[in-house]
Amino acid sequence: MNKVLYFANLKEATGRKEEAMDVAGMTLGQLEENLAERYPNMTMTGVRFAVNEEFALRDEVIETHDTIALIPPVSGG
Amino acid sequence: MKRFEVVTEPIDPERYREYVVRPEAGGVTVFTGHVREWTKGIRTVYLSFEAYTSMAEKMMEQIGREIEEKWPETRVAMAHRIGELHISDIAVVIAVSSPHRKAAYEANEYAIERLKEDVPIWKKEHWENGEYWVGHQNQKPKGEDINE
Repeated sequence: MNKVLYFANLKEATGRKEEAMDVAGMTLGQLEENLAERYPNMTMTGVRFAVNEEFALRDEVIETHDTIALIPPVSGG
Repeated sequence: MKRFEVVTEPIDPERYREYVVRPEAGGVTVFTGHVREWTKGIRTVYLSFEAYTSMAEKMMEQIGREIEEKWPETRVAMAHRIGELHISDIAVVIAVSSPHRKAAYEANEYAIERLKEDVPIWKKEHWENGEYWVGHQNQKPKGEDINE
């Protein structure tokens, strides 16, 4: 099982801050397509992915127990 | 306190300055970023910040390592506050010490630029008549661009 985390506007678009999903074996890009279908009002422009708290590219394959975070454009400071 | 941290309480910059002071450091720069009332004609009532705290602290540590590689013999501490912040509250503090001042200035600027690029923290502006997650193009107020 995997955990998927949402922040900021994505948390509002999905109505949740995290959810459990079984997405091991998928790439992050494939996960993105699934999520875009599931949450049609979610804005994916500029969104990066993090796997286990490290930024990752969309061709990375998700492993069992990975925690995946969708990181919308950051605005700290 | 931790050297790189996300906090929910008001930031006391002196603690971060003290953290980097040491006998071999002749210069210390302390940057504090504050909540600004007016941004391009729009009045902010308050801000709220949200973080992916565990990753944000890791990213800040990484920025600290980058700085200590680029400017040897510097020491860095930084913190970002989350939750609800009001006008003039400190949102971020960065302290850098160095044997000489030039590196302390340069490294401090590098730190805030990197923080704004990669540390997973998000700001929501709250106005009298609306709200907006900064960094997103889809909900900006009419005729204005406050995305910076």
